Amino acid sequence: MYIIFLMIAISVTVAACFLGAFLWAVRSGQYDDDYTPAVRMLFENDTEQQDTKQQKKGSKLYPEAKT
Amino acid sequence: MEAALQTNVQTCYHCGDSCVEETILAHDKTFCCDGCKTVYELLEENNLCNYYNLEENPGITGKKPVAEARFAYLDDAGVEAQLINFKSDNIAKITFYIPQMHCSSCIWLLENLFKLNPGISETTVNFLRKEVSLTYFPQKTTLREVVTLLARIGYEPEITLANTDGKKTSKPSRTIIYKLGIAGFAFGNVMLLAFPDYVDFTQGLQRTFGSFFGYLSILLSIPVFFYSARGFFTSAWEGIKQRMVNIDLPISTGLLALFLVSIFDIVTARGPGYLDSFTGLVFFMLIGKYFQQRTFDSLSFDRDYTSYFPVSITVLKENGEESSTAVRNLKVGDRIRIRNQELIPADAMLLHGRAMIDYSFVSGESEPVEKVVGEVIYAGGRQIGESIELEVVKEVSQGYLTQLWNDTVFSKDEKQNLHTYSNIAGKWFIIVTMMVAAGALIYWVPRDMDMAMRAFTSVLIIACPCALSLATPFVHGHTMRVFGRNKFYLKNTGVVERLAKIDTVVFDKTGTLTEPSEAELTYTGKQLSEAEQRAVLSVMRHSTHPLSQRISEQLKGTSSPVTGFQEFAGKGLVGEVNGMLVRVGSAAYLGVPAEKQKDTLKTTVYVSIDGKVLGYYTFYNVYREGVQQVLQELGDKKIAVLSGDNDHEEARLRELLGKEAELSFNQSPVQKLEYIQQLKARENRQVLMVGDGLNDAGALKQSDAGIALSNSVTNFSPSCDAILDASAFDRLGTFLNFSKTTMTLILLTFAVSLVYNVIGLTMAVMGLFTPIVSAILMPISTLSVMTFATLSVKYAARKAGL
Repeated sequence: MYIIFLMIAISVTVAACFLGAFLWAVRSGQYDDDYTPAVRMLFENDTEQQDTKQQKKGSKLYPEAKT
Repeated sequence: MEAALQTNVQTCYHCGDSCVEETILAHDKTFCCDGCKTVYELLEENNLCNYYNLEENPGITGKKPVAEARFAYLDDAGVEAQLINFKSDNIAKITFYIPQMHCSSCIWLLENLFKLNPGISETTVNFLRKEVSLTYFPQKTTLREVVTLLARIGYEPEITLANTDGKKTSKPSRTIIYKLGIAGFAFGNVMLLAFPDYVDFTQGLQRTFGSFFGYLSILLSIPVFFYSARGFFTSAWEGIKQRMVNIDLPISTGLLALFLVSIFDIVTARGPGYLDSFTGLVFFMLIGKYFQQRTFDSLSFDRDYTSYFPVSITVLKENGEESSTAVRNLKVGDRIRIRNQELIPADAMLLHGRAMIDYSFVSGESEPVEKVVGEVIYAGGRQIGESIELEVVKEVSQGYLTQLWNDTVFSKDEKQNLHTYSNIAGKWFIIVTMMVAAGALIYWVPRDMDMAMRAFTSVLIIACPCALSLATPFVHGHTMRVFGRNKFYLKNTGVVERLAKIDTVVFDKTGTLTEPSEAELTYTGKQLSEAEQRAVLSVMRHSTHPLSQRISEQLKGTSSPVTGFQEFAGKGLVGEVNGMLVRVGSAAYLGVPAEKQKDTLKTTVYVSIDGKVLGYYTFYNVYREGVQQVLQELGDKKIAVLSGDNDHEEARLRELLGKEAELSFNQSPVQKLEYIQQLKARENRQVLMVGDGLNDAGALKQSDAGIALSNSVTNFSPSCDAILDASAFDRLGTFLNFSKTTMTLILLTFAVSLVYNVIGLTMAVMGLFTPIVSAILMPISTLSVMTFATLSVKYAARKAGL
């Protein structure tokens, strides 16, 4: 049963790592703005050949994987 | 687009306005004005047309041309240094406030600014705060170029005197998130460690590892006690120092008792303690606080005159050369030039030109005031018409308007509101708790000493009114969100409670009860024939005078050619149309004898044709839609109107407001402030002030709740407790009633939490309070209070139609 000491030690360490990650995320400002990033991730990555004059109206806001 | 085609009205591809006045066809698209077309072309050139794909017609109308010379002051190194956050030789960072941004297209374009100006390295948008953080290379571009570019594409940043104050806008506080994170972490882990106490088959585990689990729990709870829960302790201590009992006092006593008893139990191996309850309570209460703190980031409630004044002004040097100077550096004797629609930043004397000053925002006068050369013009007015030259007679900080801010009202700290429901409840709570605890002690001491201690501490623990302290933040937080959805934005949740107690409502007239941009026009006198009317209109069209423009807006029709047109400043116009000599202007100009003039206080414009006075136009205020309804809904409250305008509207206001209402006219900002003070001091009233302009700033601050009415909530509004979008003005009564309802809801929530407290207390005095009881009671009571508060507000809001 003494394995429990080890297991609890590991579980608390893992939890503490997550706490550390959370605090780090807060510190780096990830919680300051919870709206804009959600919009930003949907923008397409621009490529040169984009923007021909006639673009379809309906095709807005969907991400396309581009390299 | 389909809708546009059906109605046969073209909408602008850029800004979505309907093209009424002119339609420009270019690049297979329609534009409403040159400004919009130019922006489109600029974006197209730089391959930024994606802007138009993200949202339809995302642009900001370009009808108002940007005078780019205006930004010359940004070249000034001193101004630049005040605005910029950080600058080194090859990099500079600045944050702009851009209230115009409204959609995802805006975010996209603003974050792709570097494509329009290679000198910009990076832009990051914070949409909720309407801020753009911009990094640029000072060798490649200048601050002025960056701002000019933003203005050109329609996103002119708001740069006001307040930006140069040196007060950098503070980042949102992250403390509460840290506290929440730590409390949540500890709660989860302590809960796991406490689990063996609750179920039978793990009793063996508990016996073997009990003290290990206990000490580990203590270790995990220490940061919660000293960091996460610190806010409750300091607030309670502040209360004690001021000899006041607030809600945090019983909470702190409860938390302290929980923590100390648990440590004592664990160290003396009496039991597992209540640390899971302790960390859980702190966690839940912090959620309540977090909920309460979330407000409307993009709105600014604490603005003073510095946010209204521009940063720079055109100064004329002795040789007549124009240069841009920071307003702060204006000195007495400087000659300044004010163009159409610009603000006069300091009290100044008119030297040249025809001044038509719109004071509606500053003094509440509804019509522009005409000033002649030699008169002193007070700061804050907006010039309409041609550009004028003035000589500064007082420095900005000494002006008539800025003096208002030197009043003590503005230097007073926000008073802590101690008479809130929860604080009063807290007071009774601690009295009752102490009595019950003492009773338990007296009962048990002769019988069982050990039991006596247990009963005493468990009463303190169970009586922790945590559910109580959750009720208010949740009910108010939800109410604030309901209001926000209906375009009524509160500064913080405390305002809800103050709104509920209001018994007197004071309105400003100009711009609050009336629609500032409109005026009703009536014509009195001999009926004009069609030809005569057309002649009058034709002459009016030639004038840029605001009154002429209003009249010509009303008189629809086509104009005829005018010969011999002349305009006399401060008097009127003359012109010949089809052989008719038309003169329009003031009574004195047309030679109307004083005794024949009617309604001298009203704004009137006389008309004469071929030397014969035919009649006059009178301007009336147009009251906002829904004024009647609002006043009806406020029927049980005392109503007053404070107007900076003269009393020519008295009869109409009286009709609108009824006999009871108090009407005061020609009120200066200071008089308004004093009026509110008197209402509060002499009649002990709870006053709500509704105003819109700088002249109401003192009154708004002095009142129990000040609401600033604004046609566009991101525009400047004086410091206040709440901002109400003008389109929601008709619901003011509903808002007030709803805040009253929420107070009932809080009482109901109190009742719910009281049930749990009674159950817990009964068990506590009987000495039956154990960790398992606390582990069940605590989460149930907090969760049910939170759910009840949330659902009841939602239900009440739906019922109230909000």
